[in-house]
This record gives sequence, C-alpha cells and structure tokens, in this order.
Amino acid sequence: MKKKTKFHLVTAMAFSLVATLAKAQTVDDAIMMSKKQWCNGLTYMHSSWNEYWEGTTKRTNLNLGTVTTQSVMYMTSYGITDKLNLLVNVPYVWTNSSAGTLHGMKGFQDIDVDLKYEFYKTKIGKGDLSLIGLAGVTTPLSNYENDFLPMSIGLGSTNLSGRLTADYQNGLFFATLSSAYVFRSNVTIDRTSYYTTQINYTNEVDMPNQLYSNLFVGIRNSRLTVQAQLMNMYTFGGFDIRKNDMPFVSNQMNSTSLGAHVKYFLPFIPNLEVVASADYVIAGRNVGQAQTYTGGFFYILGL
Amino acid sequence: MKNIFFYSLGLIGLMLITTGCQKEVTNRTANLPALDPASTDLTAGTWRTILLSRPDSFAVAAPVATSSPLYLADLFEIKSLQKTLTGEQASTIKYWAAGSVLRWNEIMRGLVAKYNLPPEAISDTSYPIPSSANPLAYPLFPFSNPPYAARAYGYISAAQYDALVACWHYKTLYNRAAPYVVDSTVSALYINKTTLPSYPSEAAVLAGVTAEMMKLLFPDEIANIQAKLVEAEQATIMSGAATRADITAGEALGRQVAELFIARARGDNAGKAVGTPSDWSNFVTITTNQGLTPWNSLETPKRPPMLPLFYKVKPFLFDSATVVSLRPAPPPAVGSDEMNKDVAEVKNYINNPTRENMRIVQFWADGVGTYTPPGHWNAIAAEDFANQNYSEVRFARNMALLNMTEMDAAIVCWDIKYHFFNPRPTQLDPSIKTLTGIPNFPAYVSGHSTFSGAAATILGYLLPSNAAKYNAMATEAGLSRLVGGIHYRTDCETGLTVGENVGNYAILRAQNDGAN
Repeated sequence: MKKKTKFHLVTAMAFSLVATLAKAQTVDDAIMMSKKQWCNGLTYMHSSWNEYWEGTTKRTNLNLGTVTTQSVMYMTSYGITDKLNLLVNVPYVWTNSSAGTLHGMKGFQDIDVDLKYEFYKTKIGKGDLSLIGLAGVTTPLSNYENDFLPMSIGLGSTNLSGRLTADYQNGLFFATLSSAYVFRSNVTIDRTSYYTTQINYTNEVDMPNQLYSNLFVGIRNSRLTVQAQLMNMYTFGGFDIRKNDMPFVSNQMNSTSLGAHVKYFLPFIPNLEVVASADYVIAGRNVGQAQTYTGGFFYILGL
Repeated sequence: MKNIFFYSLGLIGLMLITTGCQKEVTNRTANLPALDPASTDLTAGTWRTILLSRPDSFAVAAPVATSSPLYLADLFEIKSLQKTLTGEQASTIKYWAAGSVLRWNEIMRGLVAKYNLPPEAISDTSYPIPSSANPLAYPLFPFSNPPYAARAYGYISAAQYDALVACWHYKTLYNRAAPYVVDSTVSALYINKTTLPSYPSEAAVLAGVTAEMMKLLFPDEIANIQAKLVEAEQATIMSGAATRADITAGEALGRQVAELFIARARGDNAGKAVGTPSDWSNFVTITTNQGLTPWNSLETPKRPPMLPLFYKVKPFLFDSATVVSLRPAPPPAVGSDEMNKDVAEVKNYINNPTRENMRIVQFWADGVGTYTPPGHWNAIAAEDFANQNYSEVRFARNMALLNMTEMDAAIVCWDIKYHFFNPRPTQLDPSIKTLTGIPNFPAYVSGHSTFSGAAATILGYLLPSNAAKYNAMATEAGLSRLVGGIHYRTDCETGLTVGENVGNYAILRAQNDGAN
C-alpha cells in the first residue's frame, strides 16, 4: 500500500450546544486517496456536557443535567486523481438529556460533500510540505427541528466552506495547520418572531459566518498516526444567551478544544483502518463544555 | 482534472455572491404602507370609554388661531425640517406612518419578549423574586410571563383607546386642520392626507400615554421609551401631519389619561399576585384535603407556582364574581379511567412525534424569551388590522378589545388553574418528555387554549371574514399543547370554551361602544 492511501482522519468536534455543529469529520488533514481508490467507513461519536457557557458565564443546569449527542456517520471518499479527492459524509444524530423534561431529537443531519485538491508539494529541508485546498457544501438531509436547542440535532443552515491546509512531515514527525471559512445561509424557524438583542418579526434568522482552525502535531507512518489536536471554532457575530434564557441558532458559538487522535491499519487486514479520538473543550462561549469520543473503521478498495 | 476543483471553487464563489446579498433579514412589517383610513371616525369622541368618565375629563386648551405668529412659527419649523430631510429621517417617517398603535404594539411585544425570562435559582432550594421597588437589580423587574404580559397589553391598549377617544373629542371640538391643509407649501411627506383635524396630535397622544404607562410596567425601559416618543413625535412633525403645538397638547393629554390607568393598576391586586410561601403551601393542603393529587413544580429546584394570586386581579370586562362563575366543571380525577386515558393519549403523541406536530408546537410555543401567547395574538391581530384601512382610534379600539379580553382570560384561567391545582402529564407519568418547556403552573385549563379561544372570539367578531381562520388557529394552538406533551386534551378543549366565554363579554362591549 502506498503511503498516501490513508483516509483522512475522523475527528468528532461535537462540542457545541447543538449536536455536531462542527461537522463530525474533518476535512482538514493532508491525506489524499490515490487515483481510483475508494474508501468507506463508519464512525460512532459520543459527546456530552453538563456545563455550558451562557454567554461567557459557565454554568450547570439542573433542568438539563447532562446533554448527550451521539451519531453514526457513513463516510466515503474517492480518488478522482492522486491529487483530487471527493469526500461525502452522512451523519445520523440523536440527542437526550439526563434531567428535566425535554424530549430528545433524532434524525439524519447534514450531508457534507467536499472536493479536496493537493495543489502544491515540495521538499523543504529534509521534510515534505504539501498545500491542500478544499471546497465543500453541507446541507440538511432532513427537515429536522432546528429551533429546539440544546436538543436539536442541527442548526439547519446550508454551508459553503473554503479550506486551506498546510502539512509538513519530517521523518516520523508531522504538523498540520488548517483553516476554513464557512459561509452559512440564513435559516427559517417554525416561529414567526424571535428575540435576539431585539425583537425580530420574521421566521428568517441571519446566521453569522464562522472560522474553523485546527493544529495537529504528531507522528505518522504508513501504518500508524498519533496526533495531539487543538481545534478552534469562531463565529463572526451572533449574540450571547441571556441569563436563564434558552440557546438559539444564531448565538455566537465559539469554542477551543484539545484532544488526541489515533488511526491504525490492522496488520491482519491490510486495508482496514481503525480510528479513535478524544477531545475536550477547554474554552467556549454559548457552547457546552463537551467531552467527545469517537471510534470507527474504514475499508479501502482499489477499483 | 484539477479543473474540476477550480470550477467548483468558482461555483461556490458565485453562490456566495448571489446569496451573500440576501443575508439581511427584514421584519415582515418593516415596509407597510402609510396608514390610509377609510374613515376618519370623526365621531369617535363619543365612543364609550373604559376608565375616563367623560372624554373631556382632562382639559385641553383651545389652540391658537392659524393666523397667529405662534402658529406661523410652528409651520416654519415643519417647512425647514422638510427642506433638509435626511434619508434616515425619511425612513423614520415611513416607519411611524404605518400607524402609531401598530408600532407601539410592536415595541411593547419586544419588551415583553426581552423581560420574559424566569429568574435563575439562587441556590439548590430557592428562587429570587423580581421587585418593582428595585427593578434594575437581578432578577430584573418585571418577569413578563403570560399573566403579567396579558395585563400589560391590556392596560396599555385600554389606556391608548381612552386617550384617543379624548383626543378625537378635542379634534372635533377645535376642528383645526392639519398643517398641509392650512398651508399648501407644507408637504404631506410619506403619509396620506386626511381631513382629520390635527389638534391635538393622535401620534403624540399615543406616545404620551404609552410612555407614561411604561413607567409602571417596564420601569427599566423609561429612557428607551422616551427616545421612541421623541422619534415618533419628530417624525409626525416632519411628515407635515402636526405642528409642535399639536404634539405638545397631545402628549400632555396622553400622559394625563395614563395616570388614570396607573392608579387603577396600582390597586388591582396584581402587585400581590406572587403570593407568599404560606399561600403556596395552602394550595397543596386544600387539594390534598379533597383527596386529590396536588400540582408539583417539575423544575429543579422546585419553583414556586407562577403568580398564583393573579386570579384576584380586577378584570376589565366583568366583575370578580363573574370570574368565579366562568369556572368549568372539575377535570377528571387523577387515577380515574378518564384521566388514565388522557395521560395515555399524551404519552402516545409524545412517543414518536411527527415533524408536523413539532412545527405546531414550536409555532405556538410562545415560551421563555417570547412575547407570550397574548403577544402572539397581538401580532396576528395587528398585522391583520394593518390591512383594514383603520383610523388610529379604531385600530386602538380593536386592540383594546383584544387585550382586555386577553387580560381577563388570564385572570379567569388563573382562577381555574389554582382552584383545581391539577398536575401536568409529566407529573403523573415522568416518562412523558415534552417538545417545549413545561410552564410552571397547574395544568387545568390550558392557558394557551384560553387565550386563543378568547382572542379568536373577539377577533372573529371584529373581522368576520377571518373568523374561521381565527377559530382554526385557536384550535391548533390548543392542540399544540397536547401534542407537545404538556397538557391533556381536556385542558385544551375546556380552555378553548372558557376563552370563548370570556371573548363573548368583549363582543358585548364592542356591540355597545358606539364604534359600529
């Protein structure tokens, strides 16, 4: 197997008040499928929090207890060429809370379709530098209820994203820096008015855009990747949850999380890769302080 | 092949450009046309008032002659403002030109939504109570929950109506034409010309009466409301609809009429509606002594019931004895076959909620951080009234009828809730999870259903062609509480009927207030 046949990593970043706000797969690594390689995988994610930031104030809520989001995601990617990959993810998400009376929600969340293109590769010193661009779109697969946070499975917007990733590997060691600007469409809710910092007489909500940034540092060879990861989500605008108010789709949701990620090709089934990760939110605004665990596997076919 | 990537990037860029311009969200009523009354309702000075004993209870001095230097100076002010009008000023005129009753109602709904937040628990055992004596300290005063909001809408609308009846009285008495009629070089900017006399200005009467009422109802907002008042009055002058003297006289009249309503409000028992710990435990004792299961707060920590003594508030449309007479038969007893069936039905709805039911629940939820169910009916009514070519006084009369109905519906509903003190479905079956928050007061009868039945009844009378629509909406509002898991069918159906009974008192008033 060639070195670059590894599938892009899967990292759950469901650290938001809404289930898998940061899409549960990252499209933010530097791994490319070779031409005509087809990868399929399933991952399971478990994310929960019992503290959240109401604006900038951290609190618990005895009428929510611990809010848990779980998902199963089907992921597929295909090497159109060695340098151009197509990625598609389909998550099924369900939520529940351990206290209070709010009903859990479940359903297919947002499909994610991305084109990933390695447009530059060079040697710098003893190492390899590669630059990757990615264009993606996510959109709801079902008409889920978006105005029932924190139980909603998603926010309902259609997002367009542009991402730039730089990866440097020297021997066993590597570092990846990646950043994505996400343009979010407005959403509609089932109410005819809502309060943000003022009353709004419409069912349409302006969704502020976002920036996602990640830094991965670790070791990587053809069989094993182990990395530490620092991830940040920033929302350009939106408003804070007021004291004892409910969260809302257009809150300013920011978060920074720290975690680790491992993936490994099994020796006895060479095309089968297992992945696992754990992440913990270390700072946030209008999000839950989630701890998130993900596990899954991928199987690579050469067509 | 790499072209595919760049093509898709280009496509995304194109989508960004085309959709990027559409991100701005516009309020539904932002661009309503200027008020264009089918009738000036010139006789409205004779319409039946609510608290005012006579339309001229408060004196308004006769205006100066249109030939006097004072009046000419006022005209000069309008003309110079119109000459230098900025785009922003034009927008302000257009905003208020859609109707002051409508705009103040929208502002009021915004305040209710802003203040509709339940206080956070102090500890694991207790909650703070907002205090009108210290409104700026947390928890902010008021907590504009549904009964508080119903009463606030009721007082504001009733006061606006009485103030406009007095205004119309003086308009016909003094019969001074609008500036654009007196002087042809004054334009009517972004407004429709009418033959309605302009002294005193109805816009200023509304600004004055509303601002004064707000001191009582939303004391933290006095400065913001005062700014809105100045904006409304300035817009009216710039539009050519009124002179400075029309405005001054109008605002003073409005503030005086408000005092009458404030005096009533101070003595209407709402200030005592929170009750005391012994009141709260008394409900439990009385219910238990009857061999019934008392209501429990389902919040953690257990929150005292919402405004349990609100049923003692003095209604507008009938007396307190009538409140008691509007009580329905008791709900099915906990443990009875009928109640078990009701609980099972709720459970059944909540087990696998359909998306359409979720939509209905959210549409009518009107919970924390919203303008409440009475506010929702204000929105429905105001947006329908805006298409009716009403005069301001008729708009105010119809809003007053609606909001006195909603306030009295709140009183009657709260009387029933605390008389029977019946548990919510989730109290009887904790496995019932809900699609919206469970309000912190007893189940029987549903507040949403009572508010909606009452509103649909009076609105159906006022706009008969919409009656079927309003009834369907009321039924759906009631149903939303059943499929959302927070009410039994009996709560909703009985609530609708109770609401209709309250609404009929408003119809009775409407038939005899001289406005038909």
